[in-house]
Amino acid sequence: MSTIAVSASSAIGNAAAADTGVPVRIAVRNLNFHYGDFRSLKDISIDFYDRQVTALIGPSGCGKSTLLRTFNRIYSLYPEQRADGEILLDGQNVLSPSIDVNELRARVGMVFQKPTPFPMSIYDNIAFGIKLYERLPKSELDGRVEEALRKAALWDEAKDKLRQSGMSLSGGQQQRLCIARTIAQKPEVILLDEPTSALDPISTGKIEELIEQLRSEFTIVIVTHNMQQAARISQFTAFMYLGEVVEFGPTTRMFMNPAKKQTQDYITGRFG
Amino acid sequence: MMDTALQTPATAKTTPSPAAWGRVRRSRHLADRALKVVCTLFTVIGATVLGWILLMLLVEGIGGLSPAVFTETTPGPGSQGGGIANAIVGSLILTVLGIVVATPIGVLAGTYLAEYGKGSKLAEIIRFVNDILLAAPSILIGLFVYMLMVQPMGGYSGWAGGVALAIIAVPVIVRTTEDMLRLVPGSLREAGAALGAPMSTVIISISWKAARAGMVTGVLLATARIAGETAPLLFTALNNNFWFNPNLMGGVANLPVMIFQFALSPYENWRELAWAGALIITLSILALSVVARLLLRKDQVR
Repeated sequence: MSTIAVSASSAIGNAAAADTGVPVRIAVRNLNFHYGDFRSLKDISIDFYDRQVTALIGPSGCGKSTLLRTFNRIYSLYPEQRADGEILLDGQNVLSPSIDVNELRARVGMVFQKPTPFPMSIYDNIAFGIKLYERLPKSELDGRVEEALRKAALWDEAKDKLRQSGMSLSGGQQQRLCIARTIAQKPEVILLDEPTSALDPISTGKIEELIEQLRSEFTIVIVTHNMQQAARISQFTAFMYLGEVVEFGPTTRMFMNPAKKQTQDYITGRFG
Repeated sequence: MMDTALQTPATAKTTPSPAAWGRVRRSRHLADRALKVVCTLFTVIGATVLGWILLMLLVEGIGGLSPAVFTETTPGPGSQGGGIANAIVGSLILTVLGIVVATPIGVLAGTYLAEYGKGSKLAEIIRFVNDILLAAPSILIGLFVYMLMVQPMGGYSGWAGGVALAIIAVPVIVRTTEDMLRLVPGSLREAGAALGAPMSTVIISISWKAARAGMVTGVLLATARIAGETAPLLFTALNNNFWFNPNLMGGVANLPVMIFQFALSPYENWRELAWAGALIITLSILALSVVARLLLRKDQVR
């Protein structure tokens, strides 16, 4: 695993990341992505480290969400979108046709920009994902739902209204419900696609605290437009521009001492 | 730069003088009022006609209502009294038969169009044909079922009537189902897929659940539509002065055709029964529509 990390990091000209000694969970190699005729990711190679938060930053349209959407192959819902190259999750290429995408998606959870509670009760929102892959007796299912809500810091607010519709919650609570739903499946990786951009500052703070806690269990990749957020919650940051990873490294170094001028310009607000 | 631009005489000249501006304002005000008056007038005309129909129906229909209407069968020519119990029950049977046949076909076809057929040529053709069927004259559908079922089976039947009504209901249900499923945000489907749910689970547990109130409304509206259809029944279920056969063969009494025949008859008691039938059918359709609306509203509030 660590040899892959070293080669990957040197491939994108950055030895700093490899020195951490943290094992790699997702290794992206020569990834290209096409929307119809438009090539939106160009030969991307990058590593994501085990139980670390990696932030993807960059101006709108740079491909950060596109990159995120390749990890669980959610893009394949749309026939005009395709990816080639390799995305190795624990050494297994998730882009390979032999991979069962539904199983993959249970291993790689995703939370979207807008909260997406299903039109069912809070309890059923969480049980939905568990029941897809596990047959549990009622008492055990109850336990899993409670555990997920506790981990998502929603239990105290929701425990008395588990039977109420998930849509009755506030925006921030809905987003935590979506996170709870994702972690209830016990995935290995959690993808967060601008999870707080539709939320108020207090809800955003709660989600950020939550991400910090989840890091001990899950490998997290977060797309964010908010650079302070990337600086606050991530250990690694990748700056993307026009479908390429311009620079990747530990977050503190990326923000304190970026190697590339483009990164510096973006971080200091000169463009983007 | 900004200041000088604001003070240039060119912009000052384009503003009309206070007198000219006043004229413009008065004429706009007048046009405003005129449009408002015309729109209101025509709304009142439309509502008046509708109100008139309902009023006439109430006045004439209530006169014809009596307990016998709901208990006795339609009278023969020249006999006194009688009711329309057989026609009410017959209409219920035909409508339920039609909607039971049409609902699965309509819901599944609408689901295909909204969920599977996105951007496919086949879906486009089906949608086009469905729209034509939606506007097809219902008498044509009666003739079609006459050729398809009545002739081969050797006579009129409730089955043929039910199928004719189903053919009218299907395009309504297909259309509303597709429209309602299209209102379900794609992000909800993505969220379902992102948990590893196969497409069938996403459709059944998420899309249908999110759109269920609208889909039920579509079925109710289709029910209201076929409950009052006359033309397709003329060639299929016809009518009868007796209770229906248990095997639904032969003519089946029903409200629309009964109204058609009795209203044109020379017998006073028949015409009264026709009014009573018209009132009952209208109130039933009204009730269905109100329930459909309440369902939709309840869903929106939630």
